[in-house]
Amino acid sequence: MASFFEKFKQGLAKTKEGFVGEISSLVKNQFEIDDDFIDKVEEVLISSDIGVATSMEVVDDLRDHVNRIGFDHKEELFTFLQEHLSKSLDRTTTDFVEGFFQPNKKPYIIVLVGVNGVGKTTTIAKLAKLFHQKGKTVMLAAADTFRAAATEQLEIWAKRVEAEVISTQQGADPAAIAFDAGKAALARDVDVLIVDTAGRLHTKVNLMEELKKINRVLDKAVAGAPHETLLVLDATTGQNAIMQAKQFREVVDVTGLVVTKLDGTAKGGMVFSIQKELQLPVRFVGLGEQVDDLKPFDAETFVEALFNEN
Amino acid sequence: MLQDLTDKFESVFKKLKGHGKLSEKNISDTMREVRRVLLEADVNFKVAKDFVASIQEKALGHEVLKSISPAQQVIKIIHDELVALMGHSNTGIKESNMPPTVIMLVGLQGSGKTTFAGKLAKYLKAKKRNPLLVAADLQRPAAVEQLKVVGNQVGVNVLADLNSTPVKICKESIVHARKGYNDVVILDTAGRLHIDQELMQELSEIKENTNPQEIFFVADGMTGQDAVNTAQEFLKQLDFSGVVLTKMDGDARGGAALSIRAITRKPIKFIGVGEKFDALEKFHPDRLASRILGMGDVVTLVERAQQAVDIESAKKLEKKLRRQEFTLEDFFEQLQQIKKMGPLEDLLKMIPGAGGKMMKGMKVDEKALVYTEAIISSMTKEEKRRPNVLNGSRRKRIAMGSGTSVQEVNKLLKQFQAMQKMVKKMSKFGSKGMPRLNF
Ligand SMILES: Nc1nc2c(ncn2[C@@H]2O[C@H](COP(=O)(O)OP(=O)(O)OP(=O)(O)O)[C@@H](O)[C@H]2O)c(=O)[nH]1
Ligand SMILES: Nc1nc2c(ncn2[C@@H]2O[C@H](COP(=O)(O)OP(=O)(O)OP(=O)(O)O)[C@@H](O)[C@H]2O)c(=O)[nH]1
Ligand SMILES: [Mg+2]
Ligand SMILES: [Mg+2]
Repeated sequence: MASFFEKFKQGLAKTKEGFVGEISSLVKNQFEIDDDFIDKVEEVLISSDIGVATSMEVVDDLRDHVNRIGFDHKEELFTFLQEHLSKSLDRTTTDFVEGFFQPNKKPYIIVLVGVNGVGKTTTIAKLAKLFHQKGKTVMLAAADTFRAAATEQLEIWAKRVEAEVISTQQGADPAAIAFDAGKAALARDVDVLIVDTAGRLHTKVNLMEELKKINRVLDKAVAGAPHETLLVLDATTGQNAIMQAKQFREVVDVTGLVVTKLDGTAKGGMVFSIQKELQLPVRFVGLGEQVDDLKPFDAETFVEALFNEN
Repeated sequence: MLQDLTDKFESVFKKLKGHGKLSEKNISDTMREVRRVLLEADVNFKVAKDFVASIQEKALGHEVLKSISPAQQVIKIIHDELVALMGHSNTGIKESNMPPTVIMLVGLQGSGKTTFAGKLAKYLKAKKRNPLLVAADLQRPAAVEQLKVVGNQVGVNVLADLNSTPVKICKESIVHARKGYNDVVILDTAGRLHIDQELMQELSEIKENTNPQEIFFVADGMTGQDAVNTAQEFLKQLDFSGVVLTKMDGDARGGAALSIRAITRKPIKFIGVGEKFDALEKFHPDRLASRILGMGDVVTLVERAQQAVDIESAKKLEKKLRRQEFTLEDFFEQLQQIKKMGPLEDLLKMIPGAGGKMMKGMKVDEKALVYTEAIISSMTKEEKRRPNVLNGSRRKRIAMGSGTSVQEVNKLLKQFQAMQKMVKKMSKFGSKGMPRLNF
């Protein structure tokens, strides 16, 4: 057993030199793609949580390209990989105003959903700020009535971003608060209502039913609502994110993803499989704990980061 | 998943029958599959690679082909090796000779530190200890308020001061604990990134100022490949003493645990299995190994059944089943026992394959259970034993009494009839095989 750990530590020290460096040196000496090389590419891909199946596909395509066309230069190979990967990501909705927010729907209602602790509440604050900056009035609904101090957390954020909060006490029915908020948003003529929901694992059937109910009553309060249901994924999550996306989408009409905590060393590669299997576009990325740390998703930057050593 | 793996192995081994020992070439196909399974379970790329290499060595010498099921035997080698790597079950907490014992919780944002602080406080309280929770997260909005609510819910005092600093309040907490006769102090620190040098430095300062007996790295059980990076940095900065894996009540395979073990060699102390404060489990290396290999968590299921089902009534039931005397009364009793085992959906997940495709579309409606109970409770003894006496007016009475509807009552009776039929069929098979779970 000891030898396993030792070997592992050595291996880890080696990779600190960086993938880009290693690939460059590999490419300098030879343009043939041998097992070592494939191994290296695979390592980068899998280490980004892209998953075995998807990474194998990419590697196959790479191999195929080499056989048919070949690369003259190492930069070409990078370009190929990057283009290949970013091509597979949806890029139609990166423009905030045109692609996301629709001013003709008022109040524009957005619900954030996701498993526990991924960053829903923080993302709501960031979104509110974004709308506020664009001159929109924002209301928040504290429909997480389960977690300790969830409402207080949202209220503190609301104060900072100058949004109004509709809330109730812990343990109350989250659907009721969502309904009230929908009505209040309508009555007070606000532009945007963002609904915070409690974190829930996608495997908990009853909690998922509760979510369904929240979206249902929102539609009752404001016909056609919610206009967006964003699934928040934590970039540090591995392959389970795919299960999360599938289950949440089965229950509510998820319209897009937010990937948080990309300011760490995790790469969020699981969005490739999610995009491919479920056609769910990434709308925003979270890059920190502060209110300005939300950026519209940009496929090129995202893919580039896969190849960066932190 | 396990069936997957077994099938693949079997087809590999079929070709090899009669060739004696496994050769390097022969076994590499199998190992590719093992690697895939590990990666899909979120075991780190390099950890998986090295693990497979070490297994390969072990499997090579084995006379696998002579055994009855070589596939199963290889899986056993892999499983055993995983268990060995995982370390022992160990909930022991190092104590200070001079109370209080200080336990510091650290980890990434949202990993479950504050919730675990509550669980640990509750656990210690049940052991007749007197813990103090310390709000050392002065950063996240309402973090202090959250801990206060948690403390209140588990009945443990919380030390908090919004105008203090994390280092200062942790230092003070020890003095405070001595005055208040708290023998354990739990420091709930703010979530932070391992690459945030300033905040990592803050943790070091807290450590220097409080000399914790234990520092637990609290990690999300759904973590992917990045687990090695974070664990390594937290270890480097703090040399933490144990690991807590949270959110293991979902369907994540938990490969991060293996990655963290490989990089830190620190014991896994606790497993978080829910948002409530009693959702805390001991770490069982064999179960986690099974889970990583996609074998389901049968052991936990059986254990819960053993805890919940009392032997006497199980025996009685078996007899009844044999004689086909299963009544609504027995049905009611069974429901009670199942309920004692925990939420149904959690139970289903532990059945191999149930988490995924097999149970898809099968909804567990806890409310239906409540209805069923209410309906049966509203019946007379006679009605429970001989449901065929239930005419229209009786059904109406029961519906009223249970606050349900006649349709609901009819539905239940129909289901019960179907069940009786099934029981008849089953009792023909006798009672061999599976451990009896009395579902
Ligand atoms: N580094 C980093 N931290 C983040 C980011 N987004 C959120 N966080 C932190 O992650 C933790 C959890 O965030 P919350 O917004 O409370 O998460 P949540 O999904 O609302 O959690 P629950 O309601 O408990 O399910 C907090 O400590 C946040 O500060 C991000 O983009 N980067
Ligand atoms: N399902 C499940 N949820 C959990 C578990 N442990 C914690 N949670 C949830 O995860 C979310 C985050 O938990 P916290 O305890 O606030 O996490 P934290 O590490 O203190 O977060 P920060 O202080 O923001 O870094 C909450 O919604 C918790 O209810 C667990 O074992 N299972
Ligand atoms: Mg929240
Ligand atoms: Mg906390």
